[in-house]
Amino acid sequence: MISYDSVLSKRTASLRPSGIRKFFDMLAGMQDVIALTVGQPDFVTPWHIREAAIQSLEKGKTYYTSNAGTTDLREGIAEYLDRRFGLHYDAAHEICVTVGGSEAIDMGIRALLDPGDEVIIPVPSFVCYAPLVTMAGGTPILLEMRPEDHFKLTPERLSAAITPRTKFLVLPYPNHPTGAILTREELEAIAAVLRPTNVMILSDEIYAELTYGRPHTSIAAIPDMWERTILASGFSKSYAMTGWRLGYIAAPAPVSVQMLKLHQYAIMCAPTVSQFAALEAIRNGDEDIEMMRTEYDRRRIFLHQGLTDLGLECFEPEGAFYMYPRIGQYGLSSDEFCERLLNEARCAIVPGTAFGSCGEGYARISYAYSMHHLEMALERIGKFVSSL
Amino acid sequence: MNSILKAIEKDATLTPEALARMYHKEVGELRALIEKWEKEGVILGKRTLIDWDKAGEECVRALIEVKIDHRGAYAYDKFAQKIRNYPEVKSVYLMSGGFDFSVVVEGRTLKEVAFFVGEKLSSQEMVLSTGTHFILKKYKENDIFFMTDEPDERVSDLI
Repeated sequence: MISYDSVLSKRTASLRPSGIRKFFDMLAGMQDVIALTVGQPDFVTPWHIREAAIQSLEKGKTYYTSNAGTTDLREGIAEYLDRRFGLHYDAAHEICVTVGGSEAIDMGIRALLDPGDEVIIPVPSFVCYAPLVTMAGGTPILLEMRPEDHFKLTPERLSAAITPRTKFLVLPYPNHPTGAILTREELEAIAAVLRPTNVMILSDEIYAELTYGRPHTSIAAIPDMWERTILASGFSKSYAMTGWRLGYIAAPAPVSVQMLKLHQYAIMCAPTVSQFAALEAIRNGDEDIEMMRTEYDRRRIFLHQGLTDLGLECFEPEGAFYMYPRIGQYGLSSDEFCERLLNEARCAIVPGTAFGSCGEGYARISYAYSMHHLEMALERIGKFVSSL
Repeated sequence: MNSILKAIEKDATLTPEALARMYHKEVGELRALIEKWEKEGVILGKRTLIDWDKAGEECVRALIEVKIDHRGAYAYDKFAQKIRNYPEVKSVYLMSGGFDFSVVVEGRTLKEVAFFVGEKLSSQEMVLSTGTHFILKKYKENDIFFMTDEPDERVSDLI
C-alpha cells in the first residue's frame, strides 16, 4: 500500500489550507441566511462581451492562440493601459495574457524568486501571495498594515522591512479586503524608498477600475518605477468576468521573456473564447466599468454609513468592493463574532482571520450585493450587535 | 440629482432613509426633494411589475398599431387624450413610421381584447385602420427579465 506521506511534496504539504473551512461548511448547511461573503461582482458579464465570445465560437475560433495571447488582445491591453493609466508597454514583448490575475501573480513570483529570497507582503491582502512565494522557495515577510495608517503601506515601514535578501515587494492596492488605495503622492514616497535599491515590485492592480473619488494610479507610472514593476491585472473585477479566467501581466521585456516561458510550459495559452470576449471588453467596455463603479459606490456609501450608524468602527474604503469593520470591541474573537452572527442573526460575513492572524478583530463584508440584500444584512447585524 | 432619480426609477422601494445614507444627505432633505419631484410631475407614480402568469391570473395584452386621419387641428393629441381614458388602454405612444399610434391594450381574454379593439378603438371617428398583435410571452419589461428563477450561484468560499 502506498505511503502518501512519503510521496507528497513536503513543501506543498506544508501549506496551510484555508483556516475558515469550518465557517463556510457551517454556512453551506443553513437556510434563510443573508450572506455578504462573496468576493466577486454580482453583475453578469455585459451582453456585448458575451456576444463577442459566442460569435467567436460560431466562427469556429476554437484553436490555441500564440502563448502570449492574440496580437489584437495584447495590442488592445497596451492601448488600454496607456489610455486609462498612462502606461506604455510594447504589446509584442512586454504583455502576456494569462489565466486570470492569479496566474499573472504566480508567474511574476516564480520569474523573480530564488531560494532564500525575501518578499515583502503587506497584509491583510489577497491570500495567495505568501503560499506562492513559499512554493517558489522564497520567504514571505508579512508586513501588517495598521488602521492608524489607513491600511496603507508607509515608506517608513517599507524601509525598515527591506534587507539585502529582499527580492521584491508585493503592492496589493486597491486592497482586498480593506479597500485602501495608494494615492500618487503616497506612491511617490514608496518609490523614493525603492529607487536606490534593487528591489522589484509585483503590483496587483486587479481592482484598478474600482476606485471611488479619484482614479487609480499605478506605481509603474511613477518615475523610475516602470523598469522594476511587474503589473498583474485582469478582467474579472472591472468587467464582471470572473468565470472567464482572463488576466494579463505587463513587465519590461527581460522579465516578460522569463514569465512567458513559465506560462508556455504550464498553460500553453489562455482560453481562446475568453480572449475574444476580453478584446470586446477592452475596446468597448468603458461604459460598463462606469455603470458598475457607480453602483458599487452607492452601495459603498450606504453600507459604510449604515455600519457607522450601528456603532461599528469602519475604515471608509476607497477601492474594491469590501468593508473591513473592526469588531474586536465586542470582546469576541473574529471567528466567534462571525459564527454567532451566523447562528443567532442568520447573517454571514467573513472573519478577518481568513486573511491571517492580522485580521483578528476584523471582518470582511462584501457589497457585491443588491441594496435590498445590504439593507436586510444591516438590520440583522444591528440586532445582533445590540444584543451583545 | 439625476442619479437619485435613476436610483428610484430602478428601485421604487428605496426609502428616504436608504437614499439619505447612499447620497450623504439628511432624511428630511430627501423627503422634501421627492415631494418636490412629485409636485412638479417629474415623479409620476410607482408601480409593481408582476408576472401574472406566475400569479395564476389570466391576462392578455396586445399591441395595436393605429392609423388615423390627422387632418384637423391637434388631431394626434385629441385622439391620444381620448383613448387613454379607457381602462383597457395601458400605454399610448405616438410613433414614427408606417402607422401613427402604438396602443397597448390589456384584457382578461383574447375575446375581451378583440372586442375592445373592434368596438371601442376601430370605431373611433378618426381611425383609418388598426393592426392587432397579441403578446404571446413576456421576456423582459422595464429592464426586468421574466421567467427567470436563477439563484445566486456565486460561490462563497473563495477568499
